Amino acid sequence: MAEKTNFSNIQLTLLVVLRVLIGWHFLYEGISKLVNPDWSSVAFLLDSKGFLSSFFYSLASNPDVLKVVDFLNIWGLILIGLGLILGLFSRISIIAGIGLLGMYYLSHPPMVGYSFSVPSEGSYLWVNKNLIEMAALAVLLVFPASMQIGFDRFIYKRK
Amino acid sequence: MSEITDKNDESSGISRRDLVKGLATVPVLGAFAFAFYRKRKHTRQLRNNILENISLSDDEPEINDQPLTGEKIRLGIIGFGIRGPQIAKAAGFLHPETVEAMKKDAAANSADTRYQEFIEQDDLNVEVTAVCDIFSVYARKASETCANIDRKGTDISFGDMPVIYNDYRDLIADKNVDAVIIATPDHWHAPMAIEAARAGKHIYCEKPMSWSVEETYELRKAIRETGVVFQLGHQGRQTEAYNKARELIDNNVIGSVNLIEVTTNRNTPNGAWVYPIHPEANPETIDWPMFIGQAPWHDFSLERFFRWRCWWDYSTGLSGDLLTHEYDAMNQILGLGIPDTAVSSGGIYHFKDGRTVPDVLHTVFEFDEYDLAMMYSATLANSKSRGKIIMGHDGYMEVSNSISVYADHNSTRYREKLDKGIIDPTIPILSYVPGRKSIDAVTSATEQYFAGRGLLYTYRGGKRVDTTHLHIREWLNCIRTGETPSCDIEQGFEEAITAHMGTMAYREGRKVKWDRENETII
Repeated sequence: MAEKTNFSNIQLTLLVVLRVLIGWHFLYEGISKLVNPDWSSVAFLLDSKGFLSSFFYSLASNPDVLKVVDFLNIWGLILIGLGLILGLFSRISIIAGIGLLGMYYLSHPPMVGYSFSVPSEGSYLWVNKNLIEMAALAVLLVFPASMQIGFDRFIYKRK
Repeated sequence: MSEITDKNDESSGISRRDLVKGLATVPVLGAFAFAFYRKRKHTRQLRNNILENISLSDDEPEINDQPLTGEKIRLGIIGFGIRGPQIAKAAGFLHPETVEAMKKDAAANSADTRYQEFIEQDDLNVEVTAVCDIFSVYARKASETCANIDRKGTDISFGDMPVIYNDYRDLIADKNVDAVIIATPDHWHAPMAIEAARAGKHIYCEKPMSWSVEETYELRKAIRETGVVFQLGHQGRQTEAYNKARELIDNNVIGSVNLIEVTTNRNTPNGAWVYPIHPEANPETIDWPMFIGQAPWHDFSLERFFRWRCWWDYSTGLSGDLLTHEYDAMNQILGLGIPDTAVSSGGIYHFKDGRTVPDVLHTVFEFDEYDLAMMYSATLANSKSRGKIIMGHDGYMEVSNSISVYADHNSTRYREKLDKGIIDPTIPILSYVPGRKSIDAVTSATEQYFAGRGLLYTYRGGKRVDTTHLHIREWLNCIRTGETPSCDIEQGFEEAITAHMGTMAYREGRKVKWDRENETII
């Protein structure tokens, strides 16, 4: 995976900018939850709709499982955020990020007829920002700029 | 894919060019740290600004967890219609068929945790030795329910069956009964409680405390004289948010309170007391003269038996059934006591089913000592939730399971902060969400939305809190320790007199007054 793609400067810059912006978003989502002692994913999970909702409810109904979910969510967000900003283990960070966003999307799919407790700041039909962020991460996965700009440059250099 | 090869790649050393490119995004973390620091500082300043001169405790909500050890308390339950089984459940007893149905529901829907919650509900170290209901089907159901000591489904063998009494006086006289739970129609509450007190039995009595004014005094006298532990069934006393609301009021966060608005908003047959009629009910299975009791005689009527709340003959109407909950909450938060005056108006506007009690009612109480009025507004035919609102010169407080405090545009106390834009009157300046340790000045919009829907409350810590369970538990603890329950006879007296004043004002169409010195309604 150590190949370096021949990007133009502007291509490379914009890919890195996109990666850093998504990373920033993940990192702050994670840290804001970390510093709030009362934060829990329980309300979000219980607000789930759609074909996987019973799975998300079951995560919420067991306090022990819930603790694990909360922990994984907070630290997942923080580590993915750091990974994306620094370009460190970006491939695994991107894949994990897509996984996490997929869970958010599937738990709250913006389908016709569903309404959620959390007010959204815009109007969404089938496509919401989680889905768009997922697609953006998928783009980063196939244009791995971190091999050039980011810690991965050191890690994969010697291979 | 073409590859570019950096000269330096061929050596194992890291060039300056590598360093610059590899670490190019590190400064972003610095920017992030700076932004985060600014955000935290802003939040902290906002909180400090709002909380200036307000001292709020960080106390965890009090958990009623005194030990339940010692001798089992032997209970007798009188009345097993609707509320009786709910209280039995709160005390740890459910009918095997109900348990079976709950198990099935839980298996079909993993979000339905009622079964698990019931199984996990603390054992209160009680046994039910006697039950009484004048409808034989309910009496049998009561006995089977309370014999289900292992909380199992239909695959169980029962424990000892509680004795079934047809006459409540025999249950009260039973030596194997230490304490009674009264969940009968309103017109029977006080006579039974007085008899139980005179027999030295502790009492958990459903609200309202009394049906007539006279018996209110008699019951208070009986409890005071005998010293039995009396708890009135306002389980709202156990609501965390009410205790926190009291703390906020004590801190004067909304200034001097001048108006309280409390409401009832229902729109279902059950909510309007049109309960189903049991198919096995008839003059053979129901002891009708016992049902009538002190009420005026009426020939056997299934409607009157099952829907007794619709007739003044047995009921106290909206005032006794639902205003009392609202009043008791406000009495808990503000320590109001008995009002000086009451006026009421209303009518039977939707349920033209022969009932005598109104389905729309407004009652206004004045509390001269506190310079405030409490308005109760009720309808049984519209469910728009209007909540409980306490209004003061500096702001208002909305109380439910959670609390939101809003500053008033024209507040004196918050004037400077309003002018500086620190306080926005459209956003709560303080909020409390159950399960949290403390009241917070800065709650995210998301949390507000979830709290409003009760989601945070219900599953916090994995346990749903049944306030009736806590209320019964408090009563049992007081029996064991000799302490005074939160809704004792004095609180109950205030509740009953207040409700009667509202009812009299409506029925007599006049302003009713409380003569504090002589303790009489005039």
